[in-house]
Amino acid sequence: MTLTLDPQIPEGPLEDKWDNHKFDLKLVAPNNRRRFEVIVVGTGLAGAAAAATLGELGYNVKVFTYHDSPRRAHSIAAQGGINSAKNYRNDGDSVFRLFYDTIKGGDYRSREANVYRLAQVSLNIIDQCAAQGVPFAREYGGLLDNRSFGGAQVARTFYARGQTGQQLLLGAYQALARQIHLGTVELHNRTEMLDVVVKDGRAVGITTRDLLTGELESHSGHAVLLCTGGYGNVYYLSTNAMACNVTATWRAHRKGAGFANPCYTQIHPTCIPPSDETQSKLTLMSESLRNDGRIWVPKGYEDNRAASEIPEGERDYYLERKYPSFGNLVPRDVASRNAKTVVDEGRGVGPLHNGVYLDFAHAIERHGRSTIEERYGNLFDMYERITGENPYETPMRIYPATHYTMGGLWVDYNLQTTIPGLFALGEANFSDHGANRLGASALMQGLSDGYFVGPSTVAGYLAGWLGTEAVPTDDPAFSESLDETRGRIDSLMNVNGTSSVDHYHRELGKIVWDYCGMSRNEAGLKKALSEIPALREQFWSDVRVPGRADGVNQSLENALRVADFMELAELKVRDALHREESCGGHFREESQTEEGEAKRDDENFSYVAAWEWGGEDIQNDAVLNKEPLSFERVELTQRSYK
Amino acid sequence: MNVLKLTLEVWRQDGPDAAGGFETYAVEIPDDASFLEMLDKVNEELFRAGKEPITFDHDCREGICGTCGVMIDGQAHGPQKGTATCQLHMRQFRSGQTIKIEPWRAAGFPVVKDLMVNRAAFDRIVESGGYITVTTGAAPDANEIPVPKDASDSAMDAAACIGCGACVAACPNSAANLFTAAKMQHLNLLPQGQAERWSRSEAMVEKMEEFFGSCTNHGECQEACPKEISIDFIAMMNRDYAKAKLVNRRRLGERKVG
Amino acid sequence: MTQAIERPGADAPVVNRPQKANRPWIVEFASSAVGKKWIMALSGLGLIGFVIAHAFGNLKMYFGPEDFDHYAESLRTLFYPIIPRTWTLWGMRIGLVVLFVAHIGSAISLTRMNQHARPTKYASPRSYIAANFASRTMRWTGIIVALYLVFHLADLTWGFANPDFVRGDAYDNLVASFERVPVAIIYIVSNIALGIHLFHGAWSMFQSMGINSPRYNGARRAIAAGVAGAITIVNVSFPLAVLFGIVG
Repeated sequence: MTLTLDPQIPEGPLEDKWDNHKFDLKLVAPNNRRRFEVIVVGTGLAGAAAAATLGELGYNVKVFTYHDSPRRAHSIAAQGGINSAKNYRNDGDSVFRLFYDTIKGGDYRSREANVYRLAQVSLNIIDQCAAQGVPFAREYGGLLDNRSFGGAQVARTFYARGQTGQQLLLGAYQALARQIHLGTVELHNRTEMLDVVVKDGRAVGITTRDLLTGELESHSGHAVLLCTGGYGNVYYLSTNAMACNVTATWRAHRKGAGFANPCYTQIHPTCIPPSDETQSKLTLMSESLRNDGRIWVPKGYEDNRAASEIPEGERDYYLERKYPSFGNLVPRDVASRNAKTVVDEGRGVGPLHNGVYLDFAHAIERHGRSTIEERYGNLFDMYERITGENPYETPMRIYPATHYTMGGLWVDYNLQTTIPGLFALGEANFSDHGANRLGASALMQGLSDGYFVGPSTVAGYLAGWLGTEAVPTDDPAFSESLDETRGRIDSLMNVNGTSSVDHYHRELGKIVWDYCGMSRNEAGLKKALSEIPALREQFWSDVRVPGRADGVNQSLENALRVADFMELAELKVRDALHREESCGGHFREESQTEEGEAKRDDENFSYVAAWEWGGEDIQNDAVLNKEPLSFERVELTQRSYK
Repeated sequence: MNVLKLTLEVWRQDGPDAAGGFETYAVEIPDDASFLEMLDKVNEELFRAGKEPITFDHDCREGICGTCGVMIDGQAHGPQKGTATCQLHMRQFRSGQTIKIEPWRAAGFPVVKDLMVNRAAFDRIVESGGYITVTTGAAPDANEIPVPKDASDSAMDAAACIGCGACVAACPNSAANLFTAAKMQHLNLLPQGQAERWSRSEAMVEKMEEFFGSCTNHGECQEACPKEISIDFIAMMNRDYAKAKLVNRRRLGERKVG
Repeated sequence: MTQAIERPGADAPVVNRPQKANRPWIVEFASSAVGKKWIMALSGLGLIGFVIAHAFGNLKMYFGPEDFDHYAESLRTLFYPIIPRTWTLWGMRIGLVVLFVAHIGSAISLTRMNQHARPTKYASPRSYIAANFASRTMRWTGIIVALYLVFHLADLTWGFANPDFVRGDAYDNLVASFERVPVAIIYIVSNIALGIHLFHGAWSMFQSMGINSPRYNGARRAIAAGVAGAITIVNVSFPLAVLFGIVG
C-alpha cells in the first residue's frame, strides 16, 4: 500500500463533526478570493452548484462542459425526487433517521461521518432550491408536498412532477448563469477535459480539447474540482446519456488518484428491455410503477404465447411467491437479481425473451382505468411511444439496467482525492452511498457536495496557497500533459483499422454485463479478466476513427472515452473479484444465504477498496489500498425482506 | 416488428462557413428503432463505406436534455406531437418513404456541422436575467414562502422547457419568444421571483431580440414543442414587458446614483 | 448582421443591433420587437374601430340617396357648431393617418427583422400545423388592403379615379363607381383580403397585448372570426347590391 488514505474525519460526536470542521477549516478572506483560480469540470448538479457558489464567494472560476450548454448534463434526467430530513410530514423523520436509512441502504459500506453530514445538509438544500424558484410540488395550502420512496418508512422525498432532476439542475444552472453574467465564472462549453496536470504531487490544472476546433488547451488553477458523474456506460447499454464517460476520473486515477470500489454499480429493476441490435440506450420507467404493477413470468420455458393467452394458473408471480411480506416492493437489487434469474432460466417474455411482465390488469380492475391513468398516465404514454404497445391492454415488459455507480474517486471528508488540490464531487466520488444507493439520494448528494461541502473544504485547501500564483501554463508539467494527450489522439487516429468505436464499446459492454453485472462469480470474473485486455489490445490495433482531429469529430470523442472504459472495466472486474462477499449492488454468487440472499462478510471486507494505478497491466499492477470502515453509531445487520 | 426501407435526404455541411447540400442514403431499419438509432445505423453504413458519419447532437435519448433536434420533413422533431427527436420511433413512418432531414435554420442558430447547430444564444438569454438572485446559504426555510398550488403548477408547465430550440426552428420568423417566455414566466409566476420581475422581463426580452426574429402569433412553436408549452406564456411575457417599461421606473424619493 | 465569431459554434451570433442604453422608456419600448407588436396591436385596434364605424355608417346606403348623403354630410358637421365645420373630420383623418403610419411602419420594421432572422430557408416544404393561411399571408393581405385604400380614396374621396365623380354627391358617386364591374371586383377582392387580415389580426392583437385568461381565451377566436366575418359580409354586400340592381 502506498496511498495515504487519511479520511480526515473530524473529532467530536457525529452530530458536531461538520460544525467543528467548518470552524477548524482555514478561511480565505473576501478580498483575497479573487487571487485564486478554481477549475470546475462538469456542469451537472455538483458542478453547476459548486461553480456558482464559488463564483458568488468571489473566486475566479472556470467551468467546463462538453455539452453546448451547462443545462444538458445528465442530472437532468433524474425523475423521482430528492430526499431531505425536513420532517414536514411529522412522521418521525430526523437527520439521524435519514443518516441511518442511507447507511443501511448502502449495506454498511459507506463512511458514517460523510453520510451524517449529507443528512444534515439535506435541510439546507431544499431551502436553497425553493428560494431559487424550483417548482416543487405543493399542497393546496401552498406548502411543500412529499412522497415516499423505497428503502424508507417516512415520506421525505421532495419532487417536481417526474422531472425533479431537470428542475434542480435548472436551478443550479440559473445560479451559474448569473455568475457567468457577472463575470466571476468563465464558461467553456463544448470543451472536454482529457487530462489532469499534476506538478510536485498536486493538481495544478487540466488539459482540454475544444470539441469544435480540436485544439488542445492548458488551463491552470489553484484547485481542480471533478464533477464528472459516474461510469455506468462501461456497460454500453445503460440509462446514462450517450456521452457519459469515465475519462476525467480515469485520467485523474492514472495521475495518482485512488479509485474506490469500482465494482459497486446499481442496476435499476424497471427499464424497458432492448428490442434489437440497434438499441443505443435503455430507458428507465419510474420505480413507482411497482406500487400497482404485479411482476410475473410464465411457469413454462420459452413460452411464446401472448400474455393474455397464458392462464392465471400458468403464471409465476415470483416476487410475491418468494418475498410474501414485501412482494413486488423489494429493494432494487433484489428485484433486479430475481428478474435476471428467471430470464436466465429461459422464462423471459417478449420477442427476445429478455424481460418480465409488469402487469396492471389487476390494478385496473381494482381501481378503475382512470385512477391508473391519473397515477401513471405519462409513464404509460412514454412506454407506448417507445415500444408501440399499449400498457393498459398488454402488460409492460421490463428488465433491469445499469443506472448509477456508487464507486468513484476515493475522497476524504473534504472531498479531496489522494492528489492534493484535486477534488471530486457528486457521483464522481465514492463517498456517501456505500454499496447501494437509495432512491432520491443522488440528487441530494450532488447538491450537498456542490453547494455546501465543496465550497467550504476547497477554501480550506486554498487558504494554504495564499500568495502563490497558479502555475503558468507554459510550465513543463502542462506541455508534458499536452504532448501525452496529443499522442493519445494521434495514435487513435492512426490505427486506421477496420471496426468502429461503437463496435468495441458494444463488445466491452457485453463482457462487463455478462460477468460483472447483476450477479458475479469467480469463474466469470476471471473469464472477463482474460477477455477485457484482449479486447483492449484489439481495439488499439483495429479501431478506425474516421474524419480529422482538427474539428468536430464525434467518433474521436467517443474513441477517447471508450479507450478509458476499456481500462476502467478491467479494474472494475478486478475489484469485483477481490471482494469475496455480497453487499448492495455487488452480488457474489459464492456469498449468499441459504435462501439465496446477499451475504456480507463484515469481518474481512468492511473496508473501502481504493485502487492505485500501478501500470498498464491493470489486473496485476493495480495496487489495493484499504480504508477500514468503523461504525460507532449504527449496528450492522443482515438485510432481510422476507 | 417490421423492417422499413427508407430513402433519406440528409443535410451535410462540413463547417460553419462551408457550403452545404443534401446527400441521399438508403437505409433499412426495424420499426421499433428510434429515429436517432436509425441515424446511428446510417452512420455505421457510412463508416463501412469509408465515409465520414453524419454529425448530429444528441445525449440523453429520453427526451429531457434537449440536446437533439432536427427538422424532419419540414417539421421540428418530426410528425409526432409532444415528442423530441430521440423519442420519435420509426413506426411513425412507412416503408418506401423519403425523409428529408435538415438542421434548425435561424441566424441565431448557425450550423456547426451537418445537423449540429450552435444554440449559445439561449444561454445568453438566461444569463441576462433568467434567474432568482439568491446566494448559496441565504435562503429562508423552504416553507416560509407559501406558493399557491396553481401558480406552482403553471410555473412548472413553463419550467418543463428543455431548451432544444424547436420553437425557433418551427417559427416562420425564427423567433425565440416561446423559449424566452417559458424561462421568464417560470420565475415571474412565483412569489420568489417577484423582486426581479420587471428587470428580468426587460433584460430577457431585449437580449432575445439581439438574436432572433419577432413573434407574429402563428402558434407553430407550441405545436413543435416537445413539452407542449403554451403560447399563453408569450402573452404573459408581452404584458410583463410593457408593464416593466411603465412600472420599472425610479421610485419617488429615490436618489439617482451615477 | 452576423458578427465575426472568434470561436465558430461557441459564441452566440448577434443578428439585430442591441438596444442603446439610457434612452427614454417610450423610445426603448417602441424600438423593441415586443413593443412594436404592442404598437401594431393598439393601432390595429383603432383601425378595426374605424372599419367597423365605416361599414356601419355605409349601411345607410340601403335607406336611399337622401339618408346616405345626409349621413355623408353629417360627418363634415360632426360636433358643429361647437367645433367648426369639417374640423372633426380632419382630426379623425389625421388620427387615421397616424394609425396607418404606426401600423405599417412597425410591420415593415418587424418584417425586415424576421427576414434577417432566417437568412437560409428550409429546403423541404414546411408542413405547418398551427400557422394558418391568414397568419402566413398577413404581409400580403396588408399590402392589398393598403393599395386598395389608396384606390378607394382616389375613387370616392378625391375622385380622380372615377370619371363620373361629383364632389359632395356621395350616393351617386358610389353607384357610378360600383356599376363598373372591374371596380366592383377590386372592392370585393380587397374586402375579402381585409377580412382575412382581420381574422388573424383581431386574434393576434389579444396575444400581443397579453390579454389572456383561461376564462375568456376561447372567446378570443370567436371575437376575431365574428368581427372579420361581419365586416367582410357588410362591405362586400355594397358592390354586390349595386351590381345586382338592389341599390342604384
